[in-house]
Amino acid sequence: MENLVEIKDVNFAYDVRPVLKGINMTVPRGRIIAIMGLSGCGKTTLLRMIGGALKPASGTVTVAGRSMSELGQDALYEMRRKMGMLYQFGALFTDISAFDNVAFQMREHSDLPEAMVEDLVLMKLNAVGLRGARHMMPSELSGGMARRVALARAIALDPMLIMYDEPFTGLDPISMGVISNLVRRLNDALGATSIIVTHDVQESLKIVDYVYFMSDGAVVTEGTPDDIRNSRAPFVHQFVWGEMDGPMPFHYPGEPYAADLQLGAARA
Amino acid sequence: MDKTILDLWIGIFVTLGIAALFVLALKVGNASTTFNTGATYRIIADFDNIGGLKVRAPVKSAGVVVGRVDDIQFDNRKFVARVTMNVDRRYEFPKDTSVSILTSGLLGEQYIGLEAGGDSAMLKDGDALKLTQSAVVLEKLIGQFLYNKAAEGGAK
Amino acid sequence: MPRTSSWGPPVLERGANAFRIVGRRVTNGVWRLGYASRFFLLTLTRSALSFRRFRGLTFREIYFAGVLSLIIIIVSGLFVGMVLGLQGYETLQKYGSSEAVGTLVALSLVRELGPVVSALLFASRAGSAMTAEIGLMKATEQISAMEMMAVDPIARVIGPRFWGGVLSMPLLAAIFSAMGVFGGYLITVVVIGVDEGAFWSQMQNAVDFRQDIVNGVIKSVVFGVAVTAIALFEGYDAPPTAEGVSGATTRTVVTSSLAILGLDFVLTAFMFKGI
Repeated sequence: MENLVEIKDVNFAYDVRPVLKGINMTVPRGRIIAIMGLSGCGKTTLLRMIGGALKPASGTVTVAGRSMSELGQDALYEMRRKMGMLYQFGALFTDISAFDNVAFQMREHSDLPEAMVEDLVLMKLNAVGLRGARHMMPSELSGGMARRVALARAIALDPMLIMYDEPFTGLDPISMGVISNLVRRLNDALGATSIIVTHDVQESLKIVDYVYFMSDGAVVTEGTPDDIRNSRAPFVHQFVWGEMDGPMPFHYPGEPYAADLQLGAARA
Repeated sequence: MDKTILDLWIGIFVTLGIAALFVLALKVGNASTTFNTGATYRIIADFDNIGGLKVRAPVKSAGVVVGRVDDIQFDNRKFVARVTMNVDRRYEFPKDTSVSILTSGLLGEQYIGLEAGGDSAMLKDGDALKLTQSAVVLEKLIGQFLYNKAAEGGAK
Repeated sequence: MPRTSSWGPPVLERGANAFRIVGRRVTNGVWRLGYASRFFLLTLTRSALSFRRFRGLTFREIYFAGVLSLIIIIVSGLFVGMVLGLQGYETLQKYGSSEAVGTLVALSLVRELGPVVSALLFASRAGSAMTAEIGLMKATEQISAMEMMAVDPIARVIGPRFWGGVLSMPLLAAIFSAMGVFGGYLITVVVIGVDEGAFWSQMQNAVDFRQDIVNGVIKSVVFGVAVTAIALFEGYDAPPTAEGVSGATTRTVVTSSLAILGLDFVLTAFMFKGI
C-alpha cells in the first residue's frame, strides 16, 4: 500500500536538548494511526514537522512524495491547503462565529460565491451535528462542541491528511466518544488519512489502525491496537493500564527519603 | 457588532479627528495667513543689527499685521543683515517707506514696523527699502547711558 | 538555617557570574531587537501586499484602536487643558500678561502634550489591548492554526492592526489638542474672565501652522508607528502562557512609554532647533 507520510531518521533538538532521536514512521493512505507517549516525549513536535512548521535537524519528512523541509513559502502553503489540523483545545478564532470559523478557509482560498460557501459550511457543520449552532460564538460553545466545530473547520477543504493534536483532552466521556467516532467516520467518508497524537489510550485504541509508541524521543513499540494491548514490554504495559509504578518511577529522582528527613545518623 | 454601527462609529471618529485638525489649523494656528502665500510681494531691507528678530516674525504697519519676515541673511560684503519680507498684496507702501525693528513691550518679541512716506511711486516685488532703523540693543543703550553719566561727572 | 552547608561560590567566581549575566542580557536584548526589526519589516512588506484583501479588517481595527480610545482621549484632553489654563494664569498674572495664557496652553498642547500624552494613553488603552489579544491568540494556538490553514498571520492579523493604530493616532492627538485648547478656554475665559479676543488672537499669533501644528502631527504619526509596532511585537513574541501574556502586556506599556518620551526628545531636537 502507498504511504502518504514517510518519516525517515528524523533528529531534532530545541537548543541543545534532543527531542527526537532517529524517528522512522510510515503512514499508509486511508489509515488512522496514533502516536502515543507521555507528555513531552516529542509527539507534538513530530506533528508540527509534518505540517512543515518545524524543520528536522537531520532526516526527511515527506508528505505525498514531497519533502516538507525543502518547500518554499508558497509551496508549503499549497501543501497545507490539503491538510487539516485539529488543535488540542480547538483553537477556534474567538472573534468570529462558528459558521465563519468553518467558512474561514473557503473565503481565504477560493472565490466561491457566498451562497455556495454557505451550503458547504452547513454540510460540514451537519457532519459534526452542529448545524443548529452555526450562529454561536466560540465563547458560547461547550468544550465538546468547540472541538466539533474545530473538526468541521479542519475538514473544510476536504483535506487528504487530517492531524489531531490531543483531540480527547479535557472532554467528558460522551463528547470523547462522539469525537472518536467522528474521527473514524470522517476519515472513511472523506477517503483521508489521519494521524492522532494522544495519550488517551483506551479511547484511541478503539478507532485506530496502527499505533506508534514513543518514549523520550524514540519509537519504542509499534503495532496494531491488539498488539499494544497484549504487549509484554514493561513501559507499554504501565502506560496502557495506567499503573502507578514501573519503568516510569512514581518518585522524582532525589536523595533517599531517610536522608532527606535527616533521620538516624544524619541528625547526630 | 453590526457592520453599519461600526461604520457609523468610525465615521464619527474620523470626522472628529479631521474637525480637530481644522480647528487647530484655523482657530488655534495661523494657517489662514500661511496658506495664501500667493498674494504677497517681497521687499528687502538691510539692517546694521537685527537684535532678536526671527524668521516668521510679523511685519506691522500702524500696529496691523501686513506681512511676515521670510528670510534673514548676513551680507558678507557690506557686513549687514539682509531681511526679506513678504507683504500682503492688498497693502501698498510708498517707495520711501521707512522700516524699523521694534519690540512689543519691554521684553516681548521683536517685529518689523513699516512707516509710510510721501512718495507717489509704490513699492514693487523685490524692491529694497533704504531708510532702515536697527533694533535697539539694551546693552548698548545702558552702556551709552553710563558713558554719558561718567562724562557728566568728569565735567563737573 | 540551611541544612546543607553551601556558602556559595567564592567572590571571584561570583563577579565573573555577574559579568556573564550582564553579557547574556545584552546579547539577548540585541537579539530581540534584531528579531523585532525583522518582524517590523515583515509587517510593512506583507501588509502592503495584502492591503487590498484585508482593507475591511483594517477598518475594524480603526474602531478598536481609535473609536474605543475616544472617550479617554476627550476627557483627559479637557482636563489637561483646564489644568494648563489654571497654572498658566496663576504664573502669567504675576507678570501682568494673563492674556498670553492662550499662547501657553496652545503651544504646549500642540507641540508636546497633545502628541505625547495621547500616545501614552493610546499605549495603555489600545496598545496593551492589542498585545493581550495577540498573545491570547497565540496562547490558544489560533495563530499557528491560521498558519496551518495556509493563511499568513502577519498579513491577516498583524497588518490590519498596525495600520489601524497608525491611522488612528494622529486623529486622536488632534482631538486631544483641540479638547485641551477648549478646556483652557473654558477655565481662563469663561471661568476666570480673561479677555476672549486677546486669548484667541495672541494664540493665533504665536502658533504657526507649519512649525507647530504640522510638526505635532508628524510626531503623533511617529508615536503611532512606535506604539503599535511595539504592542504587536510584544504580543506576537509573548510566551504562550497566562504569565507570558500578562508580562508582555506590562512590557508593552513600559517599552512604548519609554519609546514615546525618547523619540519625543529626538524629534523635538530636530524640529525646533532653528528657532
